[in-house]
Amino acid sequence: MGNGGSISVKEATKVYDPDGAKVLALDRCSLEIGPGEFSVVVGPSGCGKTTLLNAIAGFHELTAGEILLDGQTLSSPGKPAKPGSDRIVVFQNGALFPWMTILENVAFGPLAQKKMTVPEAREKALKTLETMGLTLIAQDYPGQISSGMRRRAEIARAMMCEPKVLLLDEPFRALDALTKIVAHQFLMEVYDAQKPTVFFITHDLDEAIFLASKVYVMTTRPASIKKILDVTLPRPRDYRLLASLEYQRLKAECQDAVREEALKAFSAGEREM
Amino acid sequence: MSDTALPGLTAAPSLTDAPKALPPSGLWGRLGGGFSRWLKSSSPWLNLLGLVGFLLLWQLLSRVLKVPLFVKLPGPWETVVEWFSPRPVYGISVFTIEYYQHIGLSSLRVFLAFLLATGLGVPLGLLMGWKKTFSDYAFPILELLRPIPMLAWVPLAILMWPGRESSIVFLTFLGSFFATLLNSWLGVKSIDPAYFRAAASLGASESLIFKKIVWPGAMPFVFTGLQISVGYAWFSLVAGEMLAGEFGLGYLIWDSYILVQYPVIIIAMITLGLVGSLSSFIIRAIGNALIRWKVKENG
Amino acid sequence: MPITKRLTKALKSVALRRGLISLALFFISWELCARFQVPILGAIPAPTEVLASLAHEIVSGYYWRSWGTSLARILTGFVIAQILGVPLGLLLGFSRKAKEIVFPLIEIMRPVPPLAWVPVSVVFWPSAEMSMIFVTFLGAFFTVVLNIVEGIAAIDVRYLRAAASLGSTRRDIFWRVMLPASLPSVLVGMTVGMGITWCVVVAAEMIATNTGLGYLTWRGYVAGEFPLIVVGMLSIGLAGYLSSALIRRIGLHFTPWLSSQ
Repeated sequence: MGNGGSISVKEATKVYDPDGAKVLALDRCSLEIGPGEFSVVVGPSGCGKTTLLNAIAGFHELTAGEILLDGQTLSSPGKPAKPGSDRIVVFQNGALFPWMTILENVAFGPLAQKKMTVPEAREKALKTLETMGLTLIAQDYPGQISSGMRRRAEIARAMMCEPKVLLLDEPFRALDALTKIVAHQFLMEVYDAQKPTVFFITHDLDEAIFLASKVYVMTTRPASIKKILDVTLPRPRDYRLLASLEYQRLKAECQDAVREEALKAFSAGEREM
Repeated sequence: MSDTALPGLTAAPSLTDAPKALPPSGLWGRLGGGFSRWLKSSSPWLNLLGLVGFLLLWQLLSRVLKVPLFVKLPGPWETVVEWFSPRPVYGISVFTIEYYQHIGLSSLRVFLAFLLATGLGVPLGLLMGWKKTFSDYAFPILELLRPIPMLAWVPLAILMWPGRESSIVFLTFLGSFFATLLNSWLGVKSIDPAYFRAAASLGASESLIFKKIVWPGAMPFVFTGLQISVGYAWFSLVAGEMLAGEFGLGYLIWDSYILVQYPVIIIAMITLGLVGSLSSFIIRAIGNALIRWKVKENG
Repeated sequence: MPITKRLTKALKSVALRRGLISLALFFISWELCARFQVPILGAIPAPTEVLASLAHEIVSGYYWRSWGTSLARILTGFVIAQILGVPLGLLLGFSRKAKEIVFPLIEIMRPVPPLAWVPVSVVFWPSAEMSMIFVTFLGAFFTVVLNIVEGIAAIDVRYLRAAASLGSTRRDIFWRVMLPASLPSVLVGMTVGMGITWCVVVAAEMIATNTGLGYLTWRGYVAGEFPLIVVGMLSIGLAGYLSSALIRRIGLHFTPWLSSQ
């Protein structure tokens, strides 16, 4: 789908000033993400990955630098981006509304934007759930289903809005290894079907290389881009790829870069964020 | 085995999913579910043992042994006889209209005050939790007034309002207002900020965020607050009625004290306890019916 | 951070500015309501009158004796409630049988508003002072007991299991796991209990005695010195606030692991 979605981040800088102690979270960080690209950002804990994601999503204001979406200024100093349904976020700990059923959650976006009537949204939500294999849980509340199912439902909710950009903040962090495999497969299918631009944050290198078109390795705080890896593994991807030589080579390369930064962060005593 | 089994080492599930608000461990809670299971366990017998033991001890101390301090108290037996007597000595029993008039008037006052407190406290609390600007302005005033115990308002309430009725309702209102306000505020604060972001990211407008996030998200706390607040309402009602009432259960207690009709005091006290539990039970039932997602999550 | 820097920063903050504006508006409208005899609200004595009355009271021995009397009642009732309530709460949390026997009684007595006990208490106890302290005690007692029982029930099972698998004896588990783990809820119970205690003392003083801050407030009404009512209310508010703050401070000292959050 040629629906655009290129993101360019230009010299993004973010200074936090909680109680007088200035913390530089992002330092002139620049990156270019092409339309429909699956970009994965890896880096040590607390390095500022989430800060960047929040700036793109429109939850935080940058101190300096700009962010463009399809050439249009999204965020510039003094004019932060506004949250919008062209860039949907899937959160670290999940943010399905616990007081709505899965169906109500999935139908929320189009209804919130007043793009559809209730029956239309309901029908489309049911169809989305069906194509994603989630029909069985449509009437359940998020508290009643497994965390893997919740993640998938949340991605379904995001895709209902047909966003240009999907922003994922360590969405599978809390899942166990086996559930993760299923979740990856699910995300890949969704991605291959709609080809949104994806901005995916993770710690997990296997996850990063398996999913990504490009992996961006970030330095420890203040964060900037340390290394960009092109992942040319063929799509649709399959778990057998993990055993391929090309994969092993990419992983080793990635690991070297990440390890160096992780050591720096560790000795600086970074807290988990 | 000793009875001091460590809770949790064996009976894990009952502990892990213990509800956070008010556990339904009371007599009312048992009516909800598992009643027949409860009957079959040793619990009812132990419960009964506690109650009967207490009553026997009271009867023994006050009437049989005539222990100095206790002898002035009415015994449980004569209280019960008076309570259920068709021709009560002091004019108050389940067979007299007056008894129900007292209950009715007190309940009406609590109901009015509670409605007012909920109608004002819930919206204000939600707004304070949701909009920082509003809470910046409202919070200092709230913090100034809140430490003053509701019953310290009694003289001022009498002074402010024309007539006893409105001052009693005002006092009762105050008692329940702050609890409602604070819990509604906490309720919004307890909502995961990610939900607000998610809704904004999905394109929800402010009014929709209020309707779909703030309101349902704060609901569990709001209802906990309402349960607490109805308790406080009864609490201050009694003080108001004692000091300024001409009718109602609080007044009945005070009047019976003045007239040395001691069994009536006990009857009125127990009645207050019963009506109080009943009102918080009703609120809990309404809350559980409205917050289905929470109930299902726990069950 | 140095205090001066923190102060300048605080003064710059929007929240503080808004707070000051709203308090100023509050006092001005209160004064205006009193001056222009606005219905209902106008009956509240104006802040200026209250200040004048406060200046008068603050140098009188009677005012400070009232503080002393009320504080002594609070302290006695509250301390007795802790001495009896904490062990009872621990017992009920620890032993299922004890809980089955005692809990229904508590469940029946708890919903009875503490003030409804005033007449019975006056009849029962030989002196007015004792009955006041008894009612104060009741106000805090149930809250403390219930909070401990709930606190113990809410202890994460994993801690108990961890202690057991590390080889703790029952006694050890009680003293080193259950007791500290239930401490936060004990402290919550104490803070709430303190609030209720003040409420009860104040009302009981109005109803049944002629000493203490509660009576001081009531006297303002009876004697027609209306500004004194507000002075009394503010004093009670301050006293209640200070005692809760004290409990919180002591609590923080005993639960250092909570302050790191």
